[in-house]
Amino acid sequence: MKFFILLYGISIGVLTTLLLPEKTKEESIEAGAEIYQDFCVQCHLPNGMGVSGVFPPLQNSDFLRNNIDLSIAGLKYGLSGKIIVNEEEYNGVMANQGLENEEIADVMNYILNTWGNSYSGQITTEQVELISEKNLLPK
Amino acid sequence: MKQLLTILSLAFITTIGCAQDNPPFIETPETQSYSYKIVADGIDIPWGLAFITPEDFLVTEKSGTLYRVVNGIKTTVEGLPPIYTRGQGGLLDVALHPDFSNNNIIYITLSTDVEEDGLGGNTALYCAKLTDTSLEDLKLLYKATPNTNKGQHWGSRIVFDQEGHLYFSIGDRGNRDENPQDINRDGGKIYRLNLDGSIPEDNPHVGINGAKTAVYSYGHRNPQALVMHPETGVLWETEHGPRGGDEINIIQKGKNYGWPTITYGINYSGTPITDKKEMEGMEQPFYYWIPSIGPSGMAFSTSGIYPEWKGNLFAGSLAFQYLERLVIENNKVVKREKVLDQIGRLRNVVQGPDGYLYVGVEGKGILKIIPNS
Repeated sequence: MKFFILLYGISIGVLTTLLLPEKTKEESIEAGAEIYQDFCVQCHLPNGMGVSGVFPPLQNSDFLRNNIDLSIAGLKYGLSGKIIVNEEEYNGVMANQGLENEEIADVMNYILNTWGNSYSGQITTEQVELISEKNLLPK
Repeated sequence: MKQLLTILSLAFITTIGCAQDNPPFIETPETQSYSYKIVADGIDIPWGLAFITPEDFLVTEKSGTLYRVVNGIKTTVEGLPPIYTRGQGGLLDVALHPDFSNNNIIYITLSTDVEEDGLGGNTALYCAKLTDTSLEDLKLLYKATPNTNKGQHWGSRIVFDQEGHLYFSIGDRGNRDENPQDINRDGGKIYRLNLDGSIPEDNPHVGINGAKTAVYSYGHRNPQALVMHPETGVLWETEHGPRGGDEINIIQKGKNYGWPTITYGINYSGTPITDKKEMEGMEQPFYYWIPSIGPSGMAFSTSGIYPEWKGNLFAGSLAFQYLERLVIENNKVVKREKVLDQIGRLRNVVQGPDGYLYVGVEGKGILKIIPNS
């Protein structure tokens, strides 16, 4: 009996850690909005439209939609070189912003669910942790 | 009718919401009287640039590398203090001591989280002795407090006057409501120190209880260019405004430059910050940019290497990716022109010891501007 109680306890613990991220999606988006205002808005602008040819758009961006892991890696390690976004070429430098993994998850959730963007899943801190510099290579 | 009214009032709001471009309007010349040569390549964000000789110079890369470039070959300089890279922060400016040829001392500004004053970081000024490609006798001369995890507005540039002073800038650190207008707090300030890091006795707030006595001027948002005017010897500054309202200021001791109480800019979202553009006791900018060019780095061309540009002011544009040439007559900007249009985010401009203009361009490196013969 004791064994079962212990097993039950451990299972609940493990499941909680694995299945429940520290924030709900809504909470993460809310925290991400604040990060966006501090770190992203100067270039990508409040409407996520960026500046044509200079700062790529985040609103309705085919590049972002098709390269979620690469985008996370870009936030984690910085991104430079040529990319094509909505048929327009960008060849700039986005510096590594020094964000914590949790902050990257939050700002990704904000970006992926604002200005008409929608993403069915949720980017978690654990997912960001698993992204490495290898993910910087486009598919 | 109701719909018409809504449309009309929306149109009205839109019209007053978009501030008018501030003249003189930027011009793009039809012919180019110059070319350029890359003198140091493969530097993502070349922030600071300091010449030892025209063929031997130091470049900072924002993410935390100091390069010594000799005849185009870059070597990493060892011995930097820990750097807190966050948002706009990182390794910022580098400058040579006025007597560098005898003492080999350099100054650097950077973002750091040293000192136990809370989570996050703030801007610091260090000096060190440069031997070949390593730093020795590293000394922390100033560290702004408190730390904050905000990513915005660290400044920073370093310049010297002829009287043995060093000036450097720190932005408002994303706390415009508390920092820039309070002389008891760091941030949103231009600072003045003696070359050994001590505080000059005639600094404006010396003797005021609680004041940051290193402060020379205040009410700044994010100053990323400082230069001494070659004729008047007066300190000139540019700073980033919010949306619109980037400024050129002529810095005077103890003066208040108004941010955020007065500004020609608005919030990124389009909402107003204040309805005030001027106020008693606050300085007006020498010039303000609407729309914002994102000014970083500034230099006067005095050498005569570019005869038509002699005496002109040059400012880097991060937002529009060109070098701006400003012609000043009778204390007024009378002409603005694009140089190196679409070259990339222009982070810095310096007149080298050989009189040529050198620019730092993101993703490219250091470029030398060469006039057509």
